[in-house]
This record gives sequence, structure tokens and C-alpha cells, in this order.
Amino acid sequence: MFEFLESGQYDLLGAFWVTVQLTLYSAIGSLVWGTLLAGMRVSPVPLMRVFGTAYVNVVRNIPLTVLIIGCSLGLNQTLGFSMGAERFEDIGFRLAVLGFSAYTGTFVCEALRSGINTVPVGQAEAARALGLSFTQVLRLIVLPQAFRAVIAPLANVLIALTKNTTVAAAIGVAEAALLMKEMIENEAQALFAVFGVIALGFVLLTLPTGLLLGWVAKRVAVKR
Amino acid sequence: MKVFKAGAAAALAATLALTATACGGSDDKSDKGSGSGGGKKVVIGIKFDQPGLGLKTPDGKYTGFDVDVATYVAKELGYSADKIEFRQAVSADRENLLQSGDVKFIVASYSITDKRKAKVDFAGPYFLAHQDLLVRADDSSITKPEDLNDKKLCSVAGSTSAQNVKDKLAPKANLIQNGGYSECLTGLENKAVDALTTDNSILAGYAAQEKNKGKFKLAGLSLSNENYGIGLKKGDKDLQTKINAALKKMVQDGSWDKFVTANFGPANYKNEPAPQITEGS
Repeated sequence: MFEFLESGQYDLLGAFWVTVQLTLYSAIGSLVWGTLLAGMRVSPVPLMRVFGTAYVNVVRNIPLTVLIIGCSLGLNQTLGFSMGAERFEDIGFRLAVLGFSAYTGTFVCEALRSGINTVPVGQAEAARALGLSFTQVLRLIVLPQAFRAVIAPLANVLIALTKNTTVAAAIGVAEAALLMKEMIENEAQALFAVFGVIALGFVLLTLPTGLLLGWVAKRVAVKR
Repeated sequence: MKVFKAGAAAALAATLALTATACGGSDDKSDKGSGSGGGKKVVIGIKFDQPGLGLKTPDGKYTGFDVDVATYVAKELGYSADKIEFRQAVSADRENLLQSGDVKFIVASYSITDKRKAKVDFAGPYFLAHQDLLVRADDSSITKPEDLNDKKLCSVAGSTSAQNVKDKLAPKANLIQNGGYSECLTGLENKAVDALTTDNSILAGYAAQEKNKGKFKLAGLSLSNENYGIGLKKGDKDLQTKINAALKKMVQDGSWDKFVTANFGPANYKNEPAPQITEGS
């Protein structure tokens, strides 16, 4: 039943390594972008608040597949924007990271904003009374506490991101889902075995993430 | 109480309707022979998304070479055109549709391979296709497979054609794998890619579409041999013999040529002659 794995024709580890890389780069991108968005949404400048709110509400409601294919067809194939890469493998990878960061950033932002709401208002007021500017209040007082409160929700976002990376197969990034397409094309007689192997791979990626970050969340949570 | 009664009646009616349809379904499946066709329907698997071969048009009609062949074969088996129910058979699903008996046979650019023959039987082949390239109409820079190594190619993720390019034909080619062939056409038109590769039958179908006329042409390289067969449930020798006979008749009475011309018309497409039937006795 699993003969297709022994043929050496399919680089399963390599494909999952691409999945891991996609996840890591996109996680970093979306963490940075999400934090910026959260800052905008709680900032005292109305224009920034409007932009942050509009961006989050529009982008998180666009289906991810549409967003990723839009990046490929729109940015690359039509406008010729190649993100500084020559070959389609690299262009696709970078476009996918861009798309995932833009999308997942909205969820990071909303998780973080809920974390900011757990920090008592008095703390920000006290910091402001000491003469700290808005960015200093956010950076030194509010965000450190907010982050510690939202480790568990961010872990959920990360797990969702790991699974979402399969959408990159639609623009030809050689990750696990694309390998699955290849294997099904050649090994339709072992359809369920192929599916099972890929599903197992994702469980092995996401389950430890959840357990580890759950443990971290308990350790660092601010007890109030 | 009244509400309850009405609800119960509705539930009973729904159950009856479901049972009735279930019976209809099992009738279709148990109907093996051709002569007993009579008033029964036949379910045939085709592609819904390949212009030229099998396409479901927005108004619910079916067109393409595979559809014409399926209709002809069904007629020979005793089912008139209005007794045919077409069902979408995507590539990964074909073996399972046949094994479960959900479709009687499949005519869906189904290449005969040894691996597939381990799970299903084939009748035919009824068509010989080659992997080929679709290029812009004014482009004549690709004349042999080696030319591909410094070209930008497009194909569908996971497809046999994409794997052929990567593994054998041109490992150095810059290959993008999209979700569907239509997406490749966007890149081809905007010069983001130089060529789209898959079976020439599929390519000819795209080139022959009204909105693409005159924009693209086939490069005419025979990069592989794909013998399209009609997929059957494993072990159904009776049906295999009957379909083979129908295919022979289709070639002899000129219908085959008619179907080819009608569906692959423009786009510099030179079809192979009808292949010899090799499956079954």
C-alpha cells in the first residue's frame, strides 16, 4: 500500500521542509506586520486607526486562495513584479510569503488587540503621566504584557498558517500539497495512503507546535 | 398538534422520495448489459474543464471530443443521447468512480498506463495524443525539446506533463506550476511565460476557443505518447468488447474524423490517425 514511498521518486522530507520554511518566513512577516497593524488600530491618530480597521476587515475576508492566486496572476504574470527573483520557484515562494504575511497579519493584529485590552487602562495612564510618548507606552508597558497574554491565540494562528501554506501549491510552490498532487497523479491506486501520509505530516508539524506553545503560554502568562 | 402532524407528513414524504431515488440509483448500477438499456439512464464520467475534450458550458451543455465519443459509444450500447447523464471525473477521482460503480465508463483524456490497468480496465485506445507546447502565434523560437532549457514554461501543478519537463525533457527550464491551464494562458498572453505544456489535444482545445483564436499556436513537438482509453470497472470484459466494437465502427463510418475536425479545428493541429485498438481481445 505504501510502495510509492519506497520508490525514491518523491522527496517527502524536502517538500515538508519547504512547508516549514514557508511557515517560518510567513510567521515572522505576519508577526511584524500584525504588530504594526495593532499599533495603528490603538493609535491616537484617526487616519491610522481608519487604515488599520479597513485593512484588517478587508484582507481577512478575502479568501486566501484568491489572495495567493491574485499575487501570482496579478503582481507577477500581469504586472511583471518578480520580487527580485529570477526563477519561478523563488518568485512563487516569495509571493506566497508576501500573501501569507498580508493575510495572517490581520489575525495576529486582532489577537494582539485583544491582548492589549487585558492590560489595565491605569498602566497606560500612569506611563503617560511619567511623560512617555505613545510609542514608548506601547513598546515598554503595553505590548510586553499583551504578548504574554496572547501566546495561546497566536499559537492557533500559527497552526492555521501552517495548514494554510498548502494554498501555495496553487501557484506552484513545491511544498507538501503540491507533492500530494504529484503523487495522486501517478499513484491514484493508493489515493488514501497518499492522503494519509500527507495528513500525518501536518499532524506531526502542528501537534508539537500546539503543545509547546500551550506550555509557554502557561509559563509566561501575567497573573492578575 | 397540527404542526406536528404536518411535520411528520413532510418527513414521510421526504423519506419516500429519498427511497425512490435510491432505488433509481441502484437500478442504474445493476444494469450491466447494453441491450437492456431501454428506458434506463447511463452515467458517464467526463472532464468538465477541458475545452475541446470535455467542457461543461455555462448554459449546462457538454461539448468536446470526449463528449462526442462518449455519446457515440453510448448510442451503440443502446442509450440515446437523452438517456446520458454526464458526471465530472477529475483525474484523481477516476479510479474510485469506476470501482464504486458510480459511473459506467469514463471518457476523460484517460491515458492507458500499466499502473492504472492494475486497478481498472480500458477499452480502446480511441485517440493518440502527444505532450506538446502552446506558444504565442508569432513565436517560432522553440523547435526541439532542448530549446526549453532557457525558456519560461507553464503547466498545471502535479500533472504528468509538469513532471515530464522537470524529470526528463528540460530539467533546467524555468517552470511555473499553476492551478489550471487557463491561468497559464494569462501569463502566456502577457509574455510572463513562453510556453504552456500538456497534451496537444488539450492545447488545441484552448487555442480553438473563440476568445483565443489567432493568439496561440501549437509548436508541434511530440514529447510523449498518450493513448487515451475508455476506463471501465476492472473485469467487465463484456462491456470492454462492446465498447471496442463501437470504437471500431466509429472510425470506419467516418464519425471519428468528423469529431476531430469539429473539436480541434484551428491552431496548426495535425492529429494522428485513429489508433489501433489494443486493449482486450
